[in-house]
Amino acid sequence: MDMKVAKKKLGLKEKYRTMTRDLGWEPSYHSKEALFPYVGYEGIKIHDWDKWEDPFRLTMDAYWKYQAEKERKFYAIIDAHAQNNGHLNLTDARYLSALKIFLQAISPAEYAAHRGFARVGREFPGVGPQVACQMQAIDEIRHAQTQIHAMSNYNRYYNGFHAFADQRDRIWYTSVARSFFDDSMSAGPFEFMIAIGFSFEYVLTNLLFVPFMSGAAYNGDMATVTFGFSAQSDEARHMTLGLEVIKFILEQDPDNLPIVQAWIDKWFWRGFRVLGLVSTMMDYMLPKRVMSWREAWEIYGVENGGALFKDLARYGIKPPKDWDAAAKSIDHMSHQFMLGLYQWSFGTAFHAWIPSDDDMRWLSAKYPDSFDTYYRPRWEHIKKMAAAGTPFKNYGLAKLCQTCQLPCVFTEPDDPTLTCHRETVYKEHKYHFCSDGCQHVFENEPEKYIQAWLPMPQLFQDPVNGDLGEWMKWVSLLDGKDNGDYASSEDKQNFEAWRGLATTNQ
Amino acid sequence: MQIDLRTVAIEPQRQAFDHLVRRFGNKPASRYQEGSYDIQAAENLHYRPTWDPDHQLYDASLTRIVMADWYALKDPRQFYYSTYTLTRARQQENAEANFSFVESRGLADMLPEALRATALAVLLPLRHAAWGANQNNTFVCSYGYGVVFTQPCIYHAMDNLGIAQYLSRLGLLLGDTEALDAAKRDWMDSPAWQPLRRYVEDCMACRDPFELFVAQNLAMDGLLYPLIYDRIVDEHLSVQGGSAVAMLTQFMSDWFDETRKWIDAVIKVAAAESDANRGLLEGWTRQWSARAASALLPVAELALGTQADEAMAEQLAAFKARAAKAGLTL
Repeated sequence: MDMKVAKKKLGLKEKYRTMTRDLGWEPSYHSKEALFPYVGYEGIKIHDWDKWEDPFRLTMDAYWKYQAEKERKFYAIIDAHAQNNGHLNLTDARYLSALKIFLQAISPAEYAAHRGFARVGREFPGVGPQVACQMQAIDEIRHAQTQIHAMSNYNRYYNGFHAFADQRDRIWYTSVARSFFDDSMSAGPFEFMIAIGFSFEYVLTNLLFVPFMSGAAYNGDMATVTFGFSAQSDEARHMTLGLEVIKFILEQDPDNLPIVQAWIDKWFWRGFRVLGLVSTMMDYMLPKRVMSWREAWEIYGVENGGALFKDLARYGIKPPKDWDAAAKSIDHMSHQFMLGLYQWSFGTAFHAWIPSDDDMRWLSAKYPDSFDTYYRPRWEHIKKMAAAGTPFKNYGLAKLCQTCQLPCVFTEPDDPTLTCHRETVYKEHKYHFCSDGCQHVFENEPEKYIQAWLPMPQLFQDPVNGDLGEWMKWVSLLDGKDNGDYASSEDKQNFEAWRGLATTNQ
Repeated sequence: MQIDLRTVAIEPQRQAFDHLVRRFGNKPASRYQEGSYDIQAAENLHYRPTWDPDHQLYDASLTRIVMADWYALKDPRQFYYSTYTLTRARQQENAEANFSFVESRGLADMLPEALRATALAVLLPLRHAAWGANQNNTFVCSYGYGVVFTQPCIYHAMDNLGIAQYLSRLGLLLGDTEALDAAKRDWMDSPAWQPLRRYVEDCMACRDPFELFVAQNLAMDGLLYPLIYDRIVDEHLSVQGGSAVAMLTQFMSDWFDETRKWIDAVIKVAAAESDANRGLLEGWTRQWSARAASALLPVAELALGTQADEAMAEQLAAFKARAAKAGLTL
């Protein structure tokens, strides 16, 4: 019998290479440009796609196995949550406003990320990044679906969830998140990766994900926190990919640096504005708070972000241009947002409310430099108006920023008593902005941002034509149910009645 | 005696999300419905893509197929992420068991040398074809319209990658890294493989997502899988003592049987939508399947020699019957 020649033992890295990298080939029946047409126009130079370091080495069989395990656990828990009226374990149904915003604005963003990563997973001409992006693409559709499934049971009992698919496309405030993701998806493949893979997933995700999921845990929302735990290892992979992408691009050619820096500047500010709503959730919407927005910023912004940009300094990367403006707004943004949400709550598919005395004491303690000086007096005034039976409602339409699409409710970085407002005239039209950051983003790509769909002008067009009732119908908002002050809402009444049913013998 | 646990009974305020009630009536929705219908943005898209300013971010006109409602293209397997992953995880366990059965009993070493050489020659270059299929399905997911159509394509793409990886493992088990290198040289240069590689690259240059769906999933895979895995591996190699190879490719056979139901359902609904659709689909299927058959013929000859023509004729007849069931006259 012949002696068997012992086979070469492949190391993990080599083995993974065999399973991915080696599958690709140099095309010869078509030019590379024909098969990967979108990879050049942004000006990024890649000389050797093989220099890509796989951020994780997961073959499909292992992926199916691990992910299936997580899926089994996740659905077992949310089934039990639904079956046992888990919603009655919430600290308070006020909390649901945060979830409603999440379902209307963030879950659709997960779907957008799915499509965006699928596209770059096809358009990059290197197997390594293609596979990594495809895996993120399939993870992202997972997240969209698990979120919808986790919140589906809340929809059966509470208002504000039922029309998330309509409101994603039509209601005014979701256009903040929608335009952000549309912006990234309509950019080229490299910018998409810096926008979502790096800036959003790596730099900013902790400011969204950690507060949200911790908020769910603190407030008895078993369904959402289960999603959070289940998505955590996916997110870790996505963050590794985001970091690998930026290092890879920067190491390939020094000419890439200024392009990447401009994208980091842009996407930091875009992301910071989108995440502004998280500040309001943390400071106002969680009945049981995890930490203040300021505290979260200290940990996830200043400490983690600072360390990251120190690390990237060896490539010549500087911290985002508007970092200081962001830092200056930390003490103000959650209050400015919540005041906005309260006065426009007739037009939101979630509830707002006046903070209680306890809440205001907490806010004073967490924001010693701003709350008592600038915001408490306004809330006290609003409280008086509500007590007098003339609650403060602003039926004027918010002026939206052409870039971030938030209402222009922010103040000058150095003067919290003066509303910040910027204007640019482009091709004889005047455009409005909430900040220097947003104005710069516009001025760098005016042809893109003049296309933005702005929900306020839509109000005066067909089919709404300036009629508030028609508008509510068009955005599937049920007046008196989905909107308004939590204090007089059906959600509050029902939650208290049901909880009474579950916890007393009355 | 039946004992019912009691829970506090609370009357739900509504059964399902509005968009699902509009589609399916006022009743609880399935998780497939919740995770698939209308979750792609449909209105008020903000910016034209900088990579293709003539189109919208999601644009149904990227294909020549026209559907009144793209959500009519339902996946009969009702795969959403969870059901998809659980299904593949089970199959993966099975594949793992097959691989370790072959490995632990040294079945690979017992294969007759000629048979092993044939198996490697026919199967290993296919891992590149599977990678091409991965890119094509990723493309359809990226540029197609409507979640029920695009969602299964990303699952399919990941399956294509999984198959490329199983083929690689098979190569390492029956051969060595040299076998993979040799297969790649064949894929690049050997005349027997050039028509197939050309086909795959032509697919990658096709930017109509529905035509690409037809070219890759219906025409190419509809001929490749039964020919390679049923006719060559399960029949031809097995009778010569190569059942070990069939164990290592069981995943591919099962996968083809499952996924063709989805592909047929998509084609059937799209063809039934209009004569124009049917005409397009028939034209694409005729053209791409004829090319796929001639690209696969030299590959079949590597295993079947002079019987290849006959085997291909059988496959084409079966394919024609399959297309007819989906409403296409070829």
